[in-house]
Formats: sequence, C-alpha cells, structure tokens
Amino acid sequence: MNQDRRKFLKTVFHSGLAITVFPSGVFASEGGNSNLYAFIVDTEKCIGCGKCASACREENNVPKDCYRTWIERYRIMENGEVKVDSPHGGEHGFEPVKDTGKVEKAFFVPKLCNHCKDPNCVQVCPVGATYVSKEGFVLVDEKQCVACGYCIQACPYGARFLNPVTNVADKCTWCFHRVKQGLDPACVTVCPAKARLFGKIDDVNSSVHKVLKEKRLQILKPETGNNPMAFYIGLDKEVR
Amino acid sequence: MHEIITQGFLFPNEIHVHWSLMIVLYPYITGLVAGAFIVSSLYHVFGVKELEPIAKFSLVGAFCFLIFACTPLLFHLGHPERALNIMFTPKFTSAMSGFGYIYAFYLLLVILEIWLVFRPDIVRLADKGKGIVKVFYTVLALGSSDVSEETLKVDRKITLFLASVGIPSACILHGYVGFLFGSLKSNPWWSTPLMPVIFLLSAIVSGISVLAVSYVVVMKIKKQPVDNACLKSLFTYLWAFFILDVTLESLEVITMLYESHEEWHIISQMLTQKLGFSYIFLQMSVCSVIPFIMLGFVVLKKMKNSTRNTLGIICSVMILVQVLAMRWNVVIGGQLFSKSLRGLTSYTPTVLGREGLLVALVLLAAPFVTMYIFNLILPLWDKTDAKAEEA
Repeated sequence: MNQDRRKFLKTVFHSGLAITVFPSGVFASEGGNSNLYAFIVDTEKCIGCGKCASACREENNVPKDCYRTWIERYRIMENGEVKVDSPHGGEHGFEPVKDTGKVEKAFFVPKLCNHCKDPNCVQVCPVGATYVSKEGFVLVDEKQCVACGYCIQACPYGARFLNPVTNVADKCTWCFHRVKQGLDPACVTVCPAKARLFGKIDDVNSSVHKVLKEKRLQILKPETGNNPMAFYIGLDKEVR
Repeated sequence: MHEIITQGFLFPNEIHVHWSLMIVLYPYITGLVAGAFIVSSLYHVFGVKELEPIAKFSLVGAFCFLIFACTPLLFHLGHPERALNIMFTPKFTSAMSGFGYIYAFYLLLVILEIWLVFRPDIVRLADKGKGIVKVFYTVLALGSSDVSEETLKVDRKITLFLASVGIPSACILHGYVGFLFGSLKSNPWWSTPLMPVIFLLSAIVSGISVLAVSYVVVMKIKKQPVDNACLKSLFTYLWAFFILDVTLESLEVITMLYESHEEWHIISQMLTQKLGFSYIFLQMSVCSVIPFIMLGFVVLKKMKNSTRNTLGIICSVMILVQVLAMRWNVVIGGQLFSKSLRGLTSYTPTVLGREGLLVALVLLAAPFVTMYIFNLILPLWDKTDAKAEEA
C-alpha cells in the first residue's frame, strides 16, 4: 500500500517536473519523434523591423490583409495600462509613438503558427484537409479543404485565415517547401537580430537544440493543451 | 461594403468575421426542424390528442425545414463542390464530420414517416386521378396500394417506431449543432457544456412557435376556424420549454459573470457595446421577459379563446425573434472579440452577395414555399379538405 503510494507520488512529482521544466517528449531521447522541428522566438532580441513578415509575404504569396506571421508591439505603462498594436502586422516596422504617460517597458512579440503537437485545428477539420506531417508540420491540403472555417475558429492564436485567392484555409507552414530543401524558413533567414531560430530538435548542430536544452522557455496559451512547438524566450505575462 | 470598426487590439487575421449570417441561419433552420418534429411526436408517440389537427402539418414542416437546413452552409463554404467530402472522406476527430450522417439519417427517417402517414392519401389520389396524375400518385405509392384496416395498423406501428426513434434523433441533431460551438475551447463565449442544451431548448421553442404562427396564418387563409384546444396545448408546451430555455440562457451568462475569468472583461464589453440591441434588448429583455410572463397568463388564466390565441401568437412571434437573436449573438458574438482578449471588431451583413440578407430571406421563405407545394401534391389538412371534397 505504502509502496504504491510512494510510486504514485513519485510519478506525480516527475510528471509535474516535466510539465514545469519542459513539455514532455520533445526530444527523441524522451520518447519523442527524432524528425521533429521546433521554432524559437527570442522576444528579447526582436527589434520590430518587420523584415520577417514581408519576407514571408514574398516567399509564400500571402494575399494583402492576410498574415502568416506578424509582430505585436507591447507598451506597458506605469499605471499598468497595456497598449498593443500591430499596424499591417508590423510588416513595415513600427512608427514611434508619443504616449502621454510613462512607458514602463516596451517590447515586440513575433507571432506565427505554433505547429502544435496536439493541434486543435487538425482535430476539428471535418475532412482531414489539415494534418500533421511526420516532421511535425501542421499543413493544409488545398485540394481537400472545403473552406468551412472550423479550423480558423478553433485556432486559439488567430494564426489561420481564409485565403481570398485560393479560397481555402491558409496559415504559416514554417516554409515547409524550403525546409524540405535544407533551408530555413524565410522569416528566420532574414531576421537581422537572430530573434527567430528554427531547426531539428535532436540535431546537435541545429540552432534550436542548445536553446531547448538550456534556456527557460514559455509557450503561448498553455491552458489550451495544444502543446505548441513554437517556444518563446522572455514572454511577458501580458502576451496572449 | 460596410466599414469594419475595430476597437483595441485584434490579431491581424481576426478583423473579418468569417462565420457570417449564413452560419446564423444554419442552426436557426435546424432548430425549427427539431422543434417541429418534436411537436409531431407529441401526438404520434405521446398521444397528445389535442395536437392532432397539426400532427401532419408539423411533420411536413419539419421535412420542409430539413431540406433547407444545409443550404446556408453551401452558400458559406469556400468550396461547396467539395461539400460531400464530409461524408466521403470524413475525419471523425472533428465534431463536424458526423453532421452529414446524422442529417442524412434524420432526413431518411422523416421522409419514411411522411410516406407512411400520407400513404392512405396517396392511394386515394391514385385511385381518383386520371392520366399523368394517376401515374404520379401510383409511383408515389411505391406499389403499396393496400389501405385495409389491417395494413394501416401496421403503418401506424411503424410510424410510432419511427417517431420514437425520431425524438432522440431530433435531440441529437440539434444538440449536436450546439456541440459544434460548445466544444471549441479556443472561444470562451462558445465553450460551455450548456451550449448543446441551450441550443436544443431554443430549437424546441422556435419549432413550436413557427408551427403555432403558421397554423393560424394557414387557417386565416383557408377561412377556417382554428382549433382552440390545439393552440392552447401548443402554448402550454411552449411556455414550459421557454421557462427552461430562458433560465439556462441566463444561467450561462450569470455563471460567466460570477466566475469572472480573464475573458469576462472582453465578453462583457462585447455584450454591452456590440450586442446591446440583439442580446440585451432583444434576446434577454423584450423577447424573453414579455413572452415569459404573457405565456403564463395565456396558459393559467381563464380568458376568451380569441384573446388567448392572439396573445399566444404574439408570444410565438416574439420567441421566433428571440431565438434568431440568440443564434446571432452566439455565432456572430463569438467572433466579435479577439482571442487576444484585447479588442473588438464589428459585423454588418451585406444586402446582396452570396451571404447577404437577400439570400437569407429567400432561404427563410423557401421552406414555406415548399410547404405550399407539398400541400398541392398531398393534402396537409386532410380532414377539412376531404369534407370539402365530399360536399
């Protein structure tokens, strides 16, 4: 009886630790898939230049007013007020603003599809048009999508949109077509501040491997249980 | 094109409301189906004799609404030509993937029940008809021309079985539509286990209301008196279900307010600033409180039949508006606030266009036109019509 209880408590303790420190099973050595990729956004490095968003639009022919990636600017005022903006998705950078009160802290947060491990969008797609590739990329089969919009509603991050040209659900693919050729996603390539990192989780030479092993990371909206594979460094509590 | 007015911060892809007026109509029409079918079952299964005058009408009503229940979806889909993929290549982890099957099963069940209920009429019209009319009704009889008391008894048994199966099916059909919204954890305005129950109850009250109003209108057109006992019975059921419906709708929001999770901040802004008219005024005030109290009087107080019928019909119309407002507030409301919980957007339906008001009106009128055509083919008001023919 006591043995059982000890075993149970041990399991609970280890599970708790695993959840707190890092989402379990990310590394192959922890029972994960060795082909998986991860994306890391360092909000402490992002300068809000918008190069990533415009490179994405060019690389992927993203239609006007639709965004596969965007940058949010946060200004947290002395009185606690939080001001957030993202004009044109931050694609053209950010104009300086004159705030009346004192800005306590300000920072940029790039956003994109999180390519979740347990994606809600894949769960709700009624025809299986949205799926997870063996490398962990969440993709859309344009020929299968009926454009019902259920995935758009189900994504808690606002990462999906209805492409007005193809008339199907669209989103960031982490530039799957480039990655297949051994290249990094366009946004990662053009980032002058190295605020975006991408690579194979288990590849010791990849830019993400060491960061994943050593840094304390956050994910967006962990309460949804979607288990994003995009991790953030320096995420403020005000970011949703 | 109306200008979209936004407040605060929205994720850039959230400016446009994606599920439009058509997605408001979809649960509204589906709800009318479920409600109408349950009324027909009250007679066929539960033996509520007072409802006999509208037993056939309610069944046909359910059918006419049912065949148009999916049309708003087809107008909405980006690729309607792929609509059947939902049945051919379904992905069962999706709450939506079962809809095609549930819908098809229910449609089959309703058609079968209608055929059995109208079989004596079909046979009578086949016997009476000449030329092409005779051929038409003979084909419709599917070779089953025996209308002896013995076969009719079998028909009634099967009808009873189908109607019994139909009740849970109607509940599943509409509870399921509520589940489509209620199971989306990304949206705090939708994600509540109460959603399927609220959808079901509002479906029942809208179905009863549409039948009551249509019945009175049809009788007025036919210049025949209404059956007062039938209407009173309808109003009684309407009141009972409406009490439950309004209570649960109120409890849902009261719980959100009391719990005051972080999303309540933006939801309360959405309700007061964006849905002030459709939610606070229509759904929760005027079209809830008045019918709620007035139906109590209609049911409990002794009054002249004509007064009761007038008041009851006013309540029914208000409930039809209340349920439509509820569908709007759920579907559109859930998209008016950002998932960043920091901003609001706006939505005004266009008049023209694939998902505009005009199409919506046509879709709402279509079931009634179908009912009219159905009545030309098969008499909905058999007793009165047969008597008139005999005379």
